[in-house]
Amino acid sequence: MTIALPAVTPAKQPTSPLPRPTEDPRWLRGLLITLALAFMGLFLFVPLACVFYEALKKGWDVYFAAIVDPDAISALKLTLLAAGISLPLNLAFGLAAAWVVAKYDFRGKQILLTLIDLPFSVSPVIAGLIYVLIFGAQGWFGEWLRDHDIRVIFAVPGIVLATIFVTVPFIARELIPLMQAQGSEQEEAALLLGASGWQTFYRITLPRIRWALLYGLILSNARAMGEFGAVSVVSGHVRGQTNTLPLHIEIAYNEYQFAAAFAVATLLAALALVTLGLKVLVERQVKKTST
Amino acid sequence: MSVASRLLLKRHSVLPGFNLALGFALLYLSLIVLIPLSAAFFKTFTLSWGAFAEAVTAPRVLASYRLTFFASLAAAALNAVFGLITAWVLVRYEFPFKRLIDALVDLPFALPTAVAGIALTALWAQNGWLGHWLPFKVAFTPLGVWVALVFIGLPFVVRTLQPVLEQLPHDLEEAAATLGATRAQALARVVFPQLLPALLTGFALAFARALGEYGSVIFIAGNMPMVSEITPLLIITKLEQYDYAGATALAVVMLVASFALLLLINLLQAWARRRQGATV
Amino acid sequence: MTLSVRHLHKSFGSTIACDGLNLDVAGGELVALLGPSGCGKTTLLRIIAGLELADAGSVQFKGEDLGVLPVRERGIGFVFQHYALFNHLSVFENVAFGLRVRPKETRPDEAELRRRVSELLERVQLGSLGDRMPQQLSGGQRQRVALARALAIQPRLLLLDEPFGALDAQVRKDLRRWLRQLHQELHITTLFVTHDQDEALELADRVIVLNRGRIEAADSDFARRFLGGQGSDIELAAVA
Repeated sequence: MTIALPAVTPAKQPTSPLPRPTEDPRWLRGLLITLALAFMGLFLFVPLACVFYEALKKGWDVYFAAIVDPDAISALKLTLLAAGISLPLNLAFGLAAAWVVAKYDFRGKQILLTLIDLPFSVSPVIAGLIYVLIFGAQGWFGEWLRDHDIRVIFAVPGIVLATIFVTVPFIARELIPLMQAQGSEQEEAALLLGASGWQTFYRITLPRIRWALLYGLILSNARAMGEFGAVSVVSGHVRGQTNTLPLHIEIAYNEYQFAAAFAVATLLAALALVTLGLKVLVERQVKKTST
Repeated sequence: MSVASRLLLKRHSVLPGFNLALGFALLYLSLIVLIPLSAAFFKTFTLSWGAFAEAVTAPRVLASYRLTFFASLAAAALNAVFGLITAWVLVRYEFPFKRLIDALVDLPFALPTAVAGIALTALWAQNGWLGHWLPFKVAFTPLGVWVALVFIGLPFVVRTLQPVLEQLPHDLEEAAATLGATRAQALARVVFPQLLPALLTGFALAFARALGEYGSVIFIAGNMPMVSEITPLLIITKLEQYDYAGATALAVVMLVASFALLLLINLLQAWARRRQGATV
Repeated sequence: MTLSVRHLHKSFGSTIACDGLNLDVAGGELVALLGPSGCGKTTLLRIIAGLELADAGSVQFKGEDLGVLPVRERGIGFVFQHYALFNHLSVFENVAFGLRVRPKETRPDEAELRRRVSELLERVQLGSLGDRMPQQLSGGQRQRVALARALAIQPRLLLLDEPFGALDAQVRKDLRRWLRQLHQELHITTLFVTHDQDEALELADRVIVLNRGRIEAADSDFARRFLGGQGSDIELAAVA
């Protein structure tokens, strides 16, 4: 069956191409991009550049001298120690908490989630203060510690404790959404096939969360090494003994040794950039492997 | 222990480890977080109500509340506006170095606060790169506090909005267009209401973070009593003077405010989930 | 002919969605675009609505070239596959949306607007649900809200993209009957897309079969196979 088609003149193209209905006009796009770039540039990029500029302003000699300064080295060691102890502990906690939250349905789950977030919402200064209240000279254990000649506050153990407190949520928060999205089917399948709980965990759960886990560790480490407020309260600010890198920076700055302060700051800034770079890599991997 | 799981579990699960994992998690939280936090409240109980009230309402303390509160609010507000623009631009448009900018948004998370503090001070001081352009002082004034708090809160709004924007269904804007709405009307009446819960959540997160901030602020603040002193600094000052009770009283005020905010944020997030989850 | 499509071409990268399509729809007709997924029927619909731009070809409505009009001026009612209801607005406000965004000159006043929206809600049998939010409705109810919303702007052409695709069998059957009735009442020129041949045959005045961006002749093997040998009972559009 045919239909006679009426003669139709070829379509006139509109004089300018119509924008798609969900596209913003070009002038708006330009304006918003400019505003966003200006904002980010002003508040992020410029301060970052400033750190490196101020560190190298007086030349490479001053820079290196500041970095290999014995007090700086011992601050670095203490920073690494605090981070090194807090990471595995918070890793164990993060795995346990994420496992419970993601794989089970229980009363009080929301309360647990809120508790995990507590260290995030507490000011770092208060984080330090509460440990002083417990382990300080006038604290709960003050006398007992004095009798046994153990120093927690104004000594290394206090710094480690404060660092642990502020980094508690990081790994858990990275793992929980991912594990919730992954569900429990694969674990249940493993159990049916005869695997024990631990085998299931190592062979099935861990491999699927390894990238989020890595990112949580990286972020946790950056925070641990950079913590300032909490550590400032519990440390005795004794150079060479109870200073972490951030505290060392503060002391140098307050003594007007700006180049030295910024020099050490570049180490932490470089760490921050490495952290960001690793985050991009990990996100790419997670996108590739997430189901 | 099995009593606990019987009481708590809403659905039976064959996966082992509930008791062990929950027990460990709760023990850890109690030792590291809950018990130490409770120390602050117990210490405050040693103060009489009068002494407590005096400590937390002294003029110098009130001035610090004002500064901390309003600077944090203003910083979160700026972050709300520019964070929305930044998230929009990152999700919807293409431009050179977009990936780089996107990664850089997390810098305030990764950079130690002390490093940010000295950098911002150097920049905004009267002889700094940015400070010398301006006819007024920024560093060592409340304005400097505000600048530092903007830096600290920057990622919160952007990162809260991005997933929502990415998952916004395209057909909503198309529907608005077929119904006759201009682009401006579609953005205002359809897109923005969808973003509002996430925007408010991001704002609240940035605000909460700014309230407790210490490291990036104390270098640039100037720390003059009654003018540019933030509450966390006052706590440290009292500690250095061995006024533990006074320091703790202030800490309790801040903790109560933090918990209230945490509750608010949880509610906002639940609202956002309800809005987003409804795929209509 | 009310709606005329001529020589429409559209490809996405190396995939050809519309390959020189020609079709005509008479005023008041209810026409089904039938075909397997990927045959270009949704793309055709979206081009007519203005949501996509054709690479070549024209779409004319009563002699007027639609291609020069932006989406918001075409006066075409579109019902999306997943409804695209505004879930922050109530059912009433969803339906009222097209009237509220009109420029002042053509906007009805509040009383008139309420009257029109209530009338439409009654017509789609959702009269008592005006204050509900879309999340509180069933799939079939949401579908009717989407339709009422599209009808509120008094469209000259109604386009439906797999309108019943996301619903279960019984609801689909009921809605089909209801849509047919509605069309008989309102007589708006309607084009709907489906991959379900029973639906096409039951609802439409005419069925157009598409395959790989082209319209299939009534007696082609494909059309016969696709329609289960019922090709002789319906008018099928011809290839140019």
